[in-house]
Amino acid sequence: MNIHEYQAKELLVAQGIPVPMGEVATTPEEAEAIARRLGGEVVIKAQVHAGGRGKAGGVKLAKTPEEAKEKAAAILGMQIKGLTVQKVLIAPAEEIASEAYVGIILDRASKAPVWMVSAAGGIDIEEVAKETPEKITKLPVDPRYGFLPHQAYLLATRLYDDAKQQRQAAQILQQLYRAFVENGASLAEINPMITTPAGEVKAIDAKFNIDDNELFRKPAVEALRDESSEAPAEVLAREAGLTFIKLDGDVGCVVNGAGLAMATMDLVKYYGGEPANFLDIGGSSNPEKVVNALKIITSDPNVKVILFNIFGGITRTDDVANGIVTAIRQSPLEIPIVIRLTGTNEEIAVKILADAGFTALTDMDEAVEKAVSLAKGAANS
Amino acid sequence: MSIFIDDTTKLVVQGITGRDGSFHSKQMMEYGTHVVAGVTPGKGGQTFEGSVPIFDTVEEAVRETGANTSVIYVPPAFAADAMFEAADAGVDFIVCITEGVPVLDMTRVRPYVREKGARLLGPNCPGLLSPGKSKVGIIPGHITQPGNVGLVSRSGTLTYEVVFKLKQAGLGTTTCVGIGGDPINGTDFIDCLAAFEADPETRAIVMIGEIGGTDEQDAARYVKENLSKPVVGFIAGQTAPPGRRMGHAGAIISGSAGTAEEKMQAFRDNGIGVARRPLDVVGLIQEAL
Repeated sequence: MNIHEYQAKELLVAQGIPVPMGEVATTPEEAEAIARRLGGEVVIKAQVHAGGRGKAGGVKLAKTPEEAKEKAAAILGMQIKGLTVQKVLIAPAEEIASEAYVGIILDRASKAPVWMVSAAGGIDIEEVAKETPEKITKLPVDPRYGFLPHQAYLLATRLYDDAKQQRQAAQILQQLYRAFVENGASLAEINPMITTPAGEVKAIDAKFNIDDNELFRKPAVEALRDESSEAPAEVLAREAGLTFIKLDGDVGCVVNGAGLAMATMDLVKYYGGEPANFLDIGGSSNPEKVVNALKIITSDPNVKVILFNIFGGITRTDDVANGIVTAIRQSPLEIPIVIRLTGTNEEIAVKILADAGFTALTDMDEAVEKAVSLAKGAANS
Repeated sequence: MSIFIDDTTKLVVQGITGRDGSFHSKQMMEYGTHVVAGVTPGKGGQTFEGSVPIFDTVEEAVRETGANTSVIYVPPAFAADAMFEAADAGVDFIVCITEGVPVLDMTRVRPYVREKGARLLGPNCPGLLSPGKSKVGIIPGHITQPGNVGLVSRSGTLTYEVVFKLKQAGLGTTTCVGIGGDPINGTDFIDCLAAFEADPETRAIVMIGEIGGTDEQDAARYVKENLSKPVVGFIAGQTAPPGRRMGHAGAIISGSAGTAEEKMQAFRDNGIGVARRPLDVVGLIQEAL
């Protein structure tokens, strides 16, 4: 799960990290009022779940409250990577003497949380990692013993020469590690962590990714979810226990299992089509899930054909067949459907579908080829 | 021969009275797996299906029955402790089926299990199956048959698809292993490749990967340096967009890293045959044998 910058900053503040916080506005008038309260120069920042906000024009400076209103009006409603900006953060503009990067990530390769810090901050850290890897210090943490004070100090010495700044940075690193663990994050970063001309170390921007598997035991973190910033069909899918990601094609895919779902999308492409989505109905197959899956797929006007690809293991294919028949009884389909079923209770499933007037295929390639040709036929008619 | 499990496997099921645990325990028993014990705290002294004794703890189950392998079907909130418990009880091999285990929990479980000298498979995996000998987990038995192909995969149903296509073509497997789709797990591709290389009956290996991370690239280099047997690979997610998690916690393209193209190139560079479709695995394996 992604959270917004202002929410990430609240997690930092909760640990005692110095953050020039500001407030969130949803209208230009609110932005003006906040800028007036803060006084002085402010920065207006789009709050969307997308990187590259600055490059997209979603971050602007304003010297006066009136200018803040104007800039907020330009940013609110803006599209960044397909997402509409609905909130802006108005924060005090800080004078910056230096910018550093500090981040901790759950690293697959090290099988542990790994720190990455660099005195070259404020820019894309992936770029730094690629171009000048020697400017990044990496340090894995053994989570059984936690992040040790001397490790925090070591990293701080790689960032600053000044003893006071080293002490401040070491404390911020330990506070960030606590925020990372307590909130079940898979990534927590401050970029940039700045020094002011007066020598203070502060966090200016923050990003957290939350491990979805943590949410069941972190209700306060789950509450940070902003459904208005997600695609409505993806919200609906999650509530129905499905995993759905919208893509740009016209072949709507319903599959059981993430790997098979990806392989099905790939096969659609292989046969010259374009998948409309990734949709995994998961392991256990109650017919209700299939009904919801069909609702979500058919709500996309781009979809010209529906393709079911079910390999029954734990998933019973007769459950899926019943779901298809129930859904179509509730609201008849206006587009063709291709059904591929094999595995557990296949004979029963084929009979259920045949009684309702559908033919089930057993081969994946045959089904995908047929779906692609139907989509092309619909596109040409 | 086979890897990790065979007819000497004596299995204890953690969470045997739960919905998934009971269903799959029956399936494993029907397949012929020696299910010697079950564990559900508070239900010690009862029996499962009239024949399998249930214990309160894994320690007791191991002491009373000599179980050497454990399979875990408990909810995610209890999965980490179930893995710690199995390691403490001294079983050699722990298979965790549970999906949704927090990754931070796994950073603690993984080193603990290793220090106890046990092997962990999973979590969030379908388990494994040595056709005709033993099945631990949830892979359907009827789609496999004994043979000389070793199969290792990050996926569940995609594995079924490939192993079933092999069977339809008259090919069987020594062992079919699902390592799971989570970013931190107990057994990786390289562990399985090494075991298949050492297994005299395995003559060719299928490796099924997906987008995210660099495990497949590392495995590809390992193949070139250490394996004498032919390897065929498939990568799912060739059409996946960057930055979107494709169901599995590990299946995400971060920046430019972890794409299907990068992994397929690593396969090609290291002498691994690349199947563009799941079906193409069959032809490549037939050539290799």
